[in-house]
Amino acid sequence: MIKLIGILIIIIGFILKLDTIAVVVFAGIITGLVAGMSFNEIMKTLGSAFVTNRYMSIFIITLPVIGLLERYGLRERAAYLISKIKSATVGRLTSLYLIIRTLSAMFGLRIGGHVQFIRPLILPMAQGAGESRYGEMQDSDKEAIKGLAGAVENYGNFFGQNFFVASGGVLLVVGVMKELGYKIEAIDAAKAALPIALIIMVVGTLQFLYYDKKFDMKYNAKMRIKNDITKNV
Amino acid sequence: MLKDALTELLYVFCGIIAFYSVYVTLKDKNHPSRIPTAIFWGILGVIFSFSRIGMLWGNKNIKIDDTVVGYLLVLLAILSALKLVKYNKFNESSKEFKAEMADKIGNKIFIPALALAIIAFIVAQYWTKQLGSLVALGIAALVALIMAMIITKGSTKEVAEDSRRLLELVGPVSMLPQILAALGSVFTAAGVGTVIADGIKGFVPQGNILIGVIAYCVGMALFTMIMGNAFAAFAVITAGIGVPFVIAQGANPVIASMLGLTAGYCGTLMTPMAANFNIVPTAILEIKDKKYGVIKYQVPVALTMLVIHIILMYVWAF
Repeated sequence: MIKLIGILIIIIGFILKLDTIAVVVFAGIITGLVAGMSFNEIMKTLGSAFVTNRYMSIFIITLPVIGLLERYGLRERAAYLISKIKSATVGRLTSLYLIIRTLSAMFGLRIGGHVQFIRPLILPMAQGAGESRYGEMQDSDKEAIKGLAGAVENYGNFFGQNFFVASGGVLLVVGVMKELGYKIEAIDAAKAALPIALIIMVVGTLQFLYYDKKFDMKYNAKMRIKNDITKNV
Repeated sequence: MLKDALTELLYVFCGIIAFYSVYVTLKDKNHPSRIPTAIFWGILGVIFSFSRIGMLWGNKNIKIDDTVVGYLLVLLAILSALKLVKYNKFNESSKEFKAEMADKIGNKIFIPALALAIIAFIVAQYWTKQLGSLVALGIAALVALIMAMIITKGSTKEVAEDSRRLLELVGPVSMLPQILAALGSVFTAAGVGTVIADGIKGFVPQGNILIGVIAYCVGMALFTMIMGNAFAAFAVITAGIGVPFVIAQGANPVIASMLGLTAGYCGTLMTPMAANFNIVPTAILEIKDKKYGVIKYQVPVALTMLVIHIILMYVWAF
């Protein structure tokens, strides 16, 4: 039971809004100590895992090109293009990306990424659609558009990927089940991931269209009031 | 061989961007936290570039000892905890300049952005075995950068400045995913997973299929939230709950296990521990709420998906 102290430390750290990195390192050290590891052993485990997981930060390699393109107006251009399409809305655009993202993940295509796709293209397009439809939006709604743009990438990526036979998830399922004494084929495991891949496209789209409706009601209502006022004057 | 050397080369490049941050920070006399910030990016750059430097020419033995890296991480954590890692102003282009260039360059600006995605995809698709998807991304980033420099006529100085700007904007959070992965491996070494699986086993009654299914799906989601990683949760929870409470009661092992894994992904959507999916994006997209800015929109969808997983497993696997 005492081994769970690390989890407790993290939960408390999050509640008190302490610095995440420090809390995580502290939790690791304490967990290792109560489990009877020596301090050097803990340092070695932490260091080794950090080094082997450097791939998680590989997005850094794309920063030069994204940064330069942004300096020369990539986001402004993306927003401008979308604002010309009158039927574009925040929800429709994110839904379209969800479907593209899920399908490409299902076929093992590596299209997507918060740095490569969302920040330079999808988010500015969604922002452009929002602005051309509703004018200047409130800060809370602008944040909502950003949050949804961050979420759509995860939805498509997570629930689409396992339909691909050579995906990490399929290999993990096959490997773990073999250890547990169940021999299953990768292709069957991949097929079992199909329903969820289809369902996420529906569920995600519902969420995005709900926000369209919410924005429409909020801002069109405002516009109507404005029009009434001008009429009265 | 080639794959390992090239992958290592990518990490060296990542380190160089951090070193450029060190250089600019030290030169900046008005920096609010000059020395600590330089130390932070310097250490991170060293770990990235040199921790396995020997791999560049295939000599595994030339490296920084993992124990030393561990101590360096503690130092980084202290700097981050004391809020000593800051950034001063960036040399950024003005709004007017951006609008003007967007007009002047036109849609050509999309060519490098699309090239990045398409080249990464093609290389990864055809040379996965030889190069791997990381190297594919590196090659694509290089080609796209050259294209971007030709199209925008931007200078190398601007490229360096922009890379550093984006890295420093993300800040210490950029190392969070790796730190969490490291925590996961300490948890595993300490045997935290088995304690949890035994705990859940303690109050799940045998012989009820629906309760077994709920325990497996919810257990996967919860343990994934703790570990920040469904893969780490899968082996533990499937062995501890999935097999005895679901599959042993007659469920199809293929369907049950795959749904178990994706039930875990519902947990990934709800936890700040999955930093690379939920926290780093808040920095990349410049969202104000740094902890829950993405998560709070994902929670309703994650809970809906979790219920769907339970229903699907109950109906389809039996």
